[in-house]
Amino acid sequence: MIEEDPIQNVLYVDLTRRRYWVEKRPDLFEKYIGGSGAAIKLLLEECKHGVDPLSPENPIIFAVGPLNCVFPMASKTVAMFKSPLTGNLGESHAGGRSGIALRSAGFGALVIKGASDTPIYLSIYNGKVSFRDARVLWGMRSSYTVGRVIREREPKAGLRTIMRIGRAGEKLVRYACVITETYRHFGRLGLGAVFGSKKLKALTIAGTNNIRVKDIKAYKELYQEIFKAETTAPALKKYHDIGTPMNVMPLNNLQALPAYNLKSAKLDGAEHISGENLAKNYLGRRVSCGHCPVSCIHLAALREPYEKEPYFYKTTMISYDYEPIYALGSMLGITSPEGLLKLIDEVEVAGLDAMSCGVALAWATEAVEKGVVSSGSEGTIVDLKWGDYNAYIKAVEYIVEQPNEFYKALAQGVEYAATKYGGLDYALAFGGNEMPGYHTGPAAHIGYLTGARHSHLDSAGYSVDQKIFASKGAPTPSSVANTLFEEEAWRQILSSLVVCFFSREIYKPETVQRALKIVGWDLSLEDMKKVGYEILALKHEFKRREGFKADALRIPKRILETPTPFGRLDEAFIREAVKEYFARLPRSANSP
Amino acid sequence: MVGVRLSVVDVNLCVGCQCCMFACSRRFGVAGLSKTAILIRSAGGIERGFVVQVCRACEDPPCAAVCPTDALKLRPGGGVLLDAAKCIGCKLCVEACTVDAVLWDDESDKPMICVHCGLCAQACPYGVLELSRGG
Repeated sequence: MIEEDPIQNVLYVDLTRRRYWVEKRPDLFEKYIGGSGAAIKLLLEECKHGVDPLSPENPIIFAVGPLNCVFPMASKTVAMFKSPLTGNLGESHAGGRSGIALRSAGFGALVIKGASDTPIYLSIYNGKVSFRDARVLWGMRSSYTVGRVIREREPKAGLRTIMRIGRAGEKLVRYACVITETYRHFGRLGLGAVFGSKKLKALTIAGTNNIRVKDIKAYKELYQEIFKAETTAPALKKYHDIGTPMNVMPLNNLQALPAYNLKSAKLDGAEHISGENLAKNYLGRRVSCGHCPVSCIHLAALREPYEKEPYFYKTTMISYDYEPIYALGSMLGITSPEGLLKLIDEVEVAGLDAMSCGVALAWATEAVEKGVVSSGSEGTIVDLKWGDYNAYIKAVEYIVEQPNEFYKALAQGVEYAATKYGGLDYALAFGGNEMPGYHTGPAAHIGYLTGARHSHLDSAGYSVDQKIFASKGAPTPSSVANTLFEEEAWRQILSSLVVCFFSREIYKPETVQRALKIVGWDLSLEDMKKVGYEILALKHEFKRREGFKADALRIPKRILETPTPFGRLDEAFIREAVKEYFARLPRSANSP
Repeated sequence: MVGVRLSVVDVNLCVGCQCCMFACSRRFGVAGLSKTAILIRSAGGIERGFVVQVCRACEDPPCAAVCPTDALKLRPGGGVLLDAAKCIGCKLCVEACTVDAVLWDDESDKPMICVHCGLCAQACPYGVLELSRGG
């Protein structure tokens, strides 16, 4: 790296003692680049074996990489922590302005330790950390209001990130998210609950540090090349035009869109909640993460009349993406776009991970339907019925407030609730993490099982399936395992830079190599590949240490019952591929 | 470049990607945002869209009027040019600008003055900015 690159500065904040300090850690970044690579090393250092994820001993780590602020679409930040949802590796990525702000503030990583005894928020400018009182913000109904108050109280508009939790995080819902710039999220695996357990309501960070490059001429040339590719690639134009919901109809037509808790892989009326329909009738504004020319963030403008006031309306801007449409739409049988948008908004107000929340509610609906839990008694309070968005809006409130035993269980995730009440066969979670929205074939599910985060973004099995399907190929356990493993290993590099996975067709190995050279990392293609394997091995070192066992992975029966585009999935095939995947995983140097 | 100035075509086209800001900083041979003379911020929350803070190329600019050392000279076509050697870093120009378009470079402790070069407009993927003949 370039000698004075501020990326090597790690900011440590101890919430218990209200102290902070900076340590120079060139070792982390030289070897592991940044982002996921630096974060997993810091997690292994800071998170002792067996700590309770909601105790002060669980650290929160944010890390950026050398390409943030330097090349377009390097807009992301990696968060790592021990997940209160799975009790194992917690890793979540978000954009907004977070990646730009953290790198501009002069840090490669931020480590938050301990816990405050009263609600606080952190404001971090020019290397100085202020511990600000947040008692008034604690318990505020809407996460939007929390954002507004901090926005007005704190400086550096345009240059800062404002991360905050909603009430779900305060109430320790195990899949509470952290919201950044109102519409982006560290969504998965419960970072919001870890914030809540530390009484950390929010944090804002900004700075204007210089970021130097090695060869300005080469830098400008490569910048133009990447920028041009990003603004002309047809694949990226789709993200701009319709956004991620462009997937709704193709997946529905393939019969790969999970609906009604995956009792079906096709939703009648899917066209009403499709990207095309939302763009045509509701799209109000398109926005972008910092330093990304694509602007895939789509905001619907929902205009609603007040019942008792004639000619009185409120207009709410609601961010929609494929995943919330799947989890809160098709999985719950909701085909009313207004109803879906209202439900998405309620989830945003509360600060929940849309995916986990939708999957939990889908399980609960089926459990009510099957009489596993009963409505009205100790059961559900709300009579959940497919498509009844008003009931789901109430249920979201109950997940947050947890007024009875049932909602207390549901707030711990679908795996926990189904273990307690029954109905595990249709509790759609992998490694404890609720299922993403792709029932495309074997690779998607093998990816959920084997991925370090149990996320569709770990190894993109959904894309592997669709490629095999389109080419009429015949997957084998070994070929699927190998493709997923190589993809996940390479993604460790992308998430260490940290670039958005949507730009993966642009940040190919050769381009990454050239870009890294400009910021002072001289790595061969072979070196990069090795670092990718090593980062993945380190993640699994953490996972094994915290009790993860590949043999013990539960395969929800439901995924075997509902046909995919490839027909019904075969459990033996999946088990074999999982085994093959883990056989490929190298052990890190110091693994047990 | 006489008479050429930067203008905001339609702020509603802005998605807040800030590629213009990075382009401006790159002019000085650095990555990041430390040297930008243009700032994009939300208009009170991203749901309301964005504000473009950039020099309007005033014919009678308040920033020059308040400069105690005459470091800001009138630029042909509007706006000002900075004579860095004369600037004492008092920030009166920052205060004086009605549209908050005088940004600050912490490293040199001098204002970042837009020279209406148009690099930001070239970097804008959505046609928010353009370089036009003043009038």
